Amino acid sequence: MTPDREVAIVAFAQTDHLRRTDELSEVEMVMPVLHEVLRQTGCKTSDIGFTCSGSSDYLAGRAFSFTMALDGVGAWPPISESHVEMDGAWALYEAWVKLLTGEADTALVYAYGKSSPGSVRDVLSRQLDPYYLAPLWPDSVALAALQARALIDAGHTDEPELAAVAARSRQDASANPHAQLPGARPQGDYVVAPLRTGDCPPVGDGAAAVILATGDRARELCARPAWIRGMDHRIEAHALGVRDLTDSPSTRLAAERAGAFDRPVDTAELHAPFSSQEVVLRRALDLDERVRVNPSGGALAANPVMAAGLVRLGEAAARIHRGASDRALAHATSGPCLQQNLVAVLEGDSRA
Amino acid sequence: MTAAPAPDTLRAPLVVEFPFTRSLGPVQSAFLTGLRERTVLGVRTGDGRVLVPPVEYDPETAAELRDLVEVGATGTVTTWAWNPEPRRGQPLATPFAWVLVRLDGADTALLHALDAPGPEAVRTGMRVRIRWAEERAGAITDIACFEPYESVEGHEALGHDGTFDDPVTGIVAPARLDYTYTPGRAQTGYLHALTDNRIVGERCPSCSKVYVPPRGACPTCGVATTDQVEVGPRGTVTTFCIVNIKARGLDIDVPYVYAHIALDGAGLALHGRIGGIPYDQVRMGLRVEPVWSEGGRYPDHYRPTGEPDADYDTYKELL
Repeated sequence: MTPDREVAIVAFAQTDHLRRTDELSEVEMVMPVLHEVLRQTGCKTSDIGFTCSGSSDYLAGRAFSFTMALDGVGAWPPISESHVEMDGAWALYEAWVKLLTGEADTALVYAYGKSSPGSVRDVLSRQLDPYYLAPLWPDSVALAALQARALIDAGHTDEPELAAVAARSRQDASANPHAQLPGARPQGDYVVAPLRTGDCPPVGDGAAAVILATGDRARELCARPAWIRGMDHRIEAHALGVRDLTDSPSTRLAAERAGAFDRPVDTAELHAPFSSQEVVLRRALDLDERVRVNPSGGALAANPVMAAGLVRLGEAAARIHRGASDRALAHATSGPCLQQNLVAVLEGDSRA
Repeated sequence: MTAAPAPDTLRAPLVVEFPFTRSLGPVQSAFLTGLRERTVLGVRTGDGRVLVPPVEYDPETAAELRDLVEVGATGTVTTWAWNPEPRRGQPLATPFAWVLVRLDGADTALLHALDAPGPEAVRTGMRVRIRWAEERAGAITDIACFEPYESVEGHEALGHDGTFDDPVTGIVAPARLDYTYTPGRAQTGYLHALTDNRIVGERCPSCSKVYVPPRGACPTCGVATTDQVEVGPRGTVTTFCIVNIKARGLDIDVPYVYAHIALDGAGLALHGRIGGIPYDQVRMGLRVEPVWSEGGRYPDHYRPTGEPDADYDTYKELL
């Protein structure tokens, strides 16, 4: 779709992504990134028209856990606020829609996840179909491994290529001061074959925040706003056995609706927690070697669950802010084997 | 007022465990009852495809699906993954393969476990059959797992009315997740102070309000609270209610009073039980002090200090 109002990401901040942050509560972890995006724009909480966050009670092991983190926003005088029990990329989508309605001119979006208190492989199994899947406790790596095998059987990839995806991601992460796994490391043993340690994302804690603004307000707040030219998200049948796991038609459709195929992009930040999922997404999005994929290192270098998708949008926007990209694609996923997918197209104003 | 020291990180096991009781629709009920009877049912879509496991609405067209069919207990592996270290709750305790199996007569695949001696014994396209659980209750776990079984693919989907004696109409799906809870810097400081029978809050550097218990942030200003402040021990009842229903497992006689208590120096009230005074004599403005629990880890309740009641104006902002 082509929105009537111009909306841009004008600021982005993320924490260092760490294996454990025992000394920090969620609000203590999230506050520095909230303050950082406010500092970047010079905004105060009272200047923000709408606030939306993404997180998960299952990750925290506590009901309504987001209400504690909300303390970090400063909710007095009362603010307009919403929460999605999803990755923050979907919170950004909600904020974008709110801005398009004209109900607000600025929005603060944040997301956080602490995987360290629990076992994220088990936690994620609780989002599965409760009748046919959840009683079997298939974990997130197992489901991704089924997809990886299907890809290998179909001739779309092989283990050396998956290892190359992992190596390239972590090599690129060497330039990312926030990454959890920067630099080369061994592929390791099979976790669930055909996926090895190196094919899997690190488990860790982290948070991210962005500020969105419309039109001239965006130009006031940011030297080179990252305009959201389109954004869409799609979902596929939840039964894994119904889907062709080697393809991602939902990503392709979301990208088409977001306008990703109208003109080439120079950068793609893909939320592919497993190396094999990058293979699926590259094919679905028809990305060739001219596109810089995951210069941040992607989710293989830092995967704060519930924030990793928002980080992709933020990383893509930050490249536009600093002039490293003119037209970038950002993707976020949720659910097993790329079940739900969100695609945004970001552009910077042309430079003289 | 002192800067909060960096306390040792506290940690404690936290187990979140609960049974989800779920009702089944007509298709899921027939499918799970069928498993109990060693019969695998699928559902036929409008364009003739057979979905196993069956669903009540077509994932492509959203059309209602009720046309049940019986498929085979043998099938073909469409993809697999070798699991060298089974986790709690998974179908087999020894290394196994996760498999998607298209049962004979079906067009879609079912996820389950395959019992095989090693990954070299598994391949896409291999033939398998269901190993039934000895005790079956009407659940996906009535299939214990799959096992290798050479056979010719031949079973066609046959019509089935889905009727069984004593159909299963619901499942109980237990969920258990284990966490290690760490309370973070501010709450850790609060818990450490409690061990010394002290109650501490933290002051907001912006609005000066003292939060107790501290959570690390001022929800008004959105900034970190850092200065630790000891509050109380005495305080004022700002509001209260009389509890008349006995909670299960709670060793307190009803009626009792549950109150909001503004400890001296605190910027907001915390809550606690009022004891040492008949329930119908508790009042707003009553001055109270904590009575520490056995071992002194937290105030068990608050009792009157005997001071004159606080003037309303001194606590009206804390209601």
